[in-house]
Amino acid sequence: MAFISITSPHSHRANSTAGVMQQLLLATLPGVLALFWFFGSGILIQLALSITTAVLCEAGILYLRKKPIAFYLKDYSAVVTAVLLALAIPPIAPWWIIVIGTGFAMVFAKHLYGGLGSNPFNPAMVGYAFLLISFPLQMTTWLPAEGNFGANTGLENTLQMVFSGNMDSANSDGVSNIDAFSGATPLDELKTQLDLEQSTAILQQPGVFDGLLAGAGWDWVNIGFLIGGIYLIWRKIISWHIPVGFLAGLGILALAFNLYQPADYASPLFHWFSGGCMLGAFFIATDPVSAATSDKGRFIYGFLIGLLIYIIRTFGGYPDAVAFSVLLLNLAAPTIDYYTQPRSYGHDKPNRGTAKKDS
Amino acid sequence: MSRNTWTFHGGIHPPQNKQQSVSAPIRQLPLPEKLILPLQQHIGAPSKALVSIGDPVLKGQLLAQAKGFVSANLHAPSSGTVVDICEQPVQHPSGLPGLCIVIELDGKDQWCDLTPITDYRQTPAQELLAAINNAGIVGMGGAGFPSHVKVGTQHPISTLILNAVECEPYITADDLLMRERAAEIIEGLQILACLLKPKEILVGIEDNKPEAIAAMQRAAQECAQENPGSPYVVNIVSVPTIYPSGGEKQIIQILTGQEVPSGGLPSDLGIVCHNTGTVHAIRNAVIEGRPLISRITTMTGNLVSEPGNIDVLLGTPVSHLLHQTGTPIDRIHRLIMGGPMMGFSMRDTEIPVVKTTNCIIAADDQEFPDAPPEQPCIRCGACAEVCPAQLLPQQLFFYSKSKELDKAKHYNLMDCIECGACSFVCPSQIPLVQYFRFGKGEVRKAKIESDKSDRARIRFEAHQERLEKEAAAKELKRQQRAEAAAAKKERLAKAKLEKAAAEAANPSLQESPQESPAENSDADEALETLKSNATKASKRFQQAKKALQMAEKSGADHIDKLRDKILQLESKANDAKQALKEALAAAPTSTADKQASASEPAQPTDTTKAAENTDTSQIIAAATARVKLKKAQKALDAAQASDTPNAELITHLQTGLDSARAELEQYAPSEPTTGEAQ
Repeated sequence: MAFISITSPHSHRANSTAGVMQQLLLATLPGVLALFWFFGSGILIQLALSITTAVLCEAGILYLRKKPIAFYLKDYSAVVTAVLLALAIPPIAPWWIIVIGTGFAMVFAKHLYGGLGSNPFNPAMVGYAFLLISFPLQMTTWLPAEGNFGANTGLENTLQMVFSGNMDSANSDGVSNIDAFSGATPLDELKTQLDLEQSTAILQQPGVFDGLLAGAGWDWVNIGFLIGGIYLIWRKIISWHIPVGFLAGLGILALAFNLYQPADYASPLFHWFSGGCMLGAFFIATDPVSAATSDKGRFIYGFLIGLLIYIIRTFGGYPDAVAFSVLLLNLAAPTIDYYTQPRSYGHDKPNRGTAKKDS
Repeated sequence: MSRNTWTFHGGIHPPQNKQQSVSAPIRQLPLPEKLILPLQQHIGAPSKALVSIGDPVLKGQLLAQAKGFVSANLHAPSSGTVVDICEQPVQHPSGLPGLCIVIELDGKDQWCDLTPITDYRQTPAQELLAAINNAGIVGMGGAGFPSHVKVGTQHPISTLILNAVECEPYITADDLLMRERAAEIIEGLQILACLLKPKEILVGIEDNKPEAIAAMQRAAQECAQENPGSPYVVNIVSVPTIYPSGGEKQIIQILTGQEVPSGGLPSDLGIVCHNTGTVHAIRNAVIEGRPLISRITTMTGNLVSEPGNIDVLLGTPVSHLLHQTGTPIDRIHRLIMGGPMMGFSMRDTEIPVVKTTNCIIAADDQEFPDAPPEQPCIRCGACAEVCPAQLLPQQLFFYSKSKELDKAKHYNLMDCIECGACSFVCPSQIPLVQYFRFGKGEVRKAKIESDKSDRARIRFEAHQERLEKEAAAKELKRQQRAEAAAAKKERLAKAKLEKAAAEAANPSLQESPQESPAENSDADEALETLKSNATKASKRFQQAKKALQMAEKSGADHIDKLRDKILQLESKANDAKQALKEALAAAPTSTADKQASASEPAQPTDTTKAAENTDTSQIIAAATARVKLKKAQKALDAAQASDTPNAELITHLQTGLDSARAELEQYAPSEPTTGEAQ
């Protein structure tokens, strides 16, 4: 009798791409909770919007590409992209912001390049950069961190702000103008103040900067993502090389400038726990598809992202820079790969560069 | 035990599944009805059958001989009759059949005569090596590399390693062998030590086999006590359990910290590594004179109701093992020879156990379910983390799949040991090893093809070069010949000039052409011939003239006198005719020489000038000379013919003379003067 003929290995670890993605989603929970606590229910609305959009876009494109829809939807990669983008945008951004951004990320940044595994750029960051350039006002209008799951703003106001589509609209009472709620982020505020020739001493002032490690609320959000990131490393979903390189790059530059002129440059701690730093370091830069592959390459890749973030934050036009830095390094990843191959067993030194044609 | 160990990069911890088969001791099965013995159970050339169909064979008798250095002998595992030598399904992953000797057993299991070596310590190395070679021992861990090649290495060996790691899940054959026959394994190591003279002997055993470690330590201790002062102390080293620590390259790295150079052999490092079963077989070959005819094979898998290790005769069909261990063949989903990481699935239960069969796994679809569909690679890098060769499997996957062989080679595809760790951990269920095997095959194919085209190119270039050389040599020869011919021509012209001068000085020479010295070359001969012809022509001309004068003087009255003269003339004419014939027979005339010779009798000083004339004028001159000769001949003939009518004869001779003179005057106007002077 004849049996099925399959080449080795015959056993397989019980893991899957879907499992990796689910762990990733699970790891965002502390950060999501922190965002929810400080900035209210907006984040949940954004998540719902982005996940719905992403799944619909993915299904539609798969249908057009004549691929099995259920099989690919089950890998959760669309959901991960959606969640990362939703976590990056302001919770009170109008609904069409997240819908456009997610749709752009799924269709243009992911599927037009060939779908999962073939995209050279991080889809969530392509979506983010697209939104930031196209709709700068909506993309920089944050609420001040208030705590209590945004009780002061209220779910109703949040919903109205998200779905009215107009940042300037007031509710029926004419009281809750969006300006009454919105405010700058600590990074934004610091940049503005330093531009006004203030010193970093303002970081000691109460208000926006009144946080444990950095800006109010933002430090906790970053701590949340840090916890999630450490969980991912522990579960071996990601390796430590990219986040550590990322934080080291950012920290080293921040420390150098801070030591040089403390009045003009914020401390590494402030940089680490502000803006999208931890989300970027553990969840966005670590997207394996668009990152470097070898351990050494990953460290260099993360390190360069960290350096770029500091440079753009401090000397560039944007208060935060995770998206642009990641996208720039996405471009550089293949080159980094060429020059960071590991030394294989039995070889004296690693191969470098591209393959030479055999003569 | 306190010995330092190193680690290798990566590695995985697949479920062990060894406990199923370790509880029972090694057992033997009833003899099967027939044994199927593939001629190729090893790496290298297949062996050559020595028996033919119908031959009775005894247990241990040599059936097939090694063909070449990297090959191995094959012996009859039991007594019986050779019933067939034909293609049968064999252990190859391709599923292609191989040539096998089929023996029908007589059930007597009757041994042939064996020649054990009683004291291996006193035996010359050559004899020990021959015993190992003759026994047909190959690496029994899976690769099947002929052992005598490894043992007979010319490299100085510093470390002898016994690879008793057995890192593949499910397999316990070496474990049980060590538990039950540790002393014999240590003895085998001592034999190898006598041959290789290593500085240290290391036995690497994974720490998941405490019983085997204890047994081996006991045996090693006893051996040391029995041989006090022996330099060959066996060190038992417990190594951490991680797959694939039993790979040859990996166990060498674990035990010595060294890496086998890419494309090299352990002996390059002064290391020889043998598998437990192999060392045991070497011991049997030397101490008992027993060839390799059986091995320990683990029968396991969740369908096997009596799992365990079996001392099984080589050539036993797997179906026999399945029946004897109570395995429902109809429920088998996947039947694997070897371990779950590197073994291959069998298509047929009639495939025989061979020298490298360390395990048979009969599994249903729960134990080894079908692989789920392959998903896109997300470059997560899990594969690179576990790769013991420290490759980047995700890159190799892309390059192998797209057949970018240069890039794949640049990423060291050929250093892949196909351990399967990358496939095991891949979250996208990509059968990476399969892609790598394909890629390696393509690289090898491309190498063979490029070698072939290189050889063809070299051959073509050599061919071209030879042709060019030949052409050049031909051209050189041609030039030399042309130069020689030119030189000769010059020489001849000079010689002719001298001769003509001599002739002019002494005209009597003209009368006797036979006196002119014969030259060797054709040209000279032709020259001589023509010269003689010309001389004869003038001679005849003179004779004819003479006859005419005589006829004129005598008139019709002196017929008798004239007749005498005619008779004289006749004899002379005959002479001339004879000479001409000889000259004509001697050689065809060359135009240049002809003209020269024709002008010679007339004006010797003209020869150089005549030689410079064109071919056309030469041809004309030759023709005229010939005509002149013919005419003279005619005149003579006429004179001969006219016996009585004198007047007629005279007239004929006169006309012949006239025409001959006219002809001669055409190219040598001075000749009549000469003729008349005479």
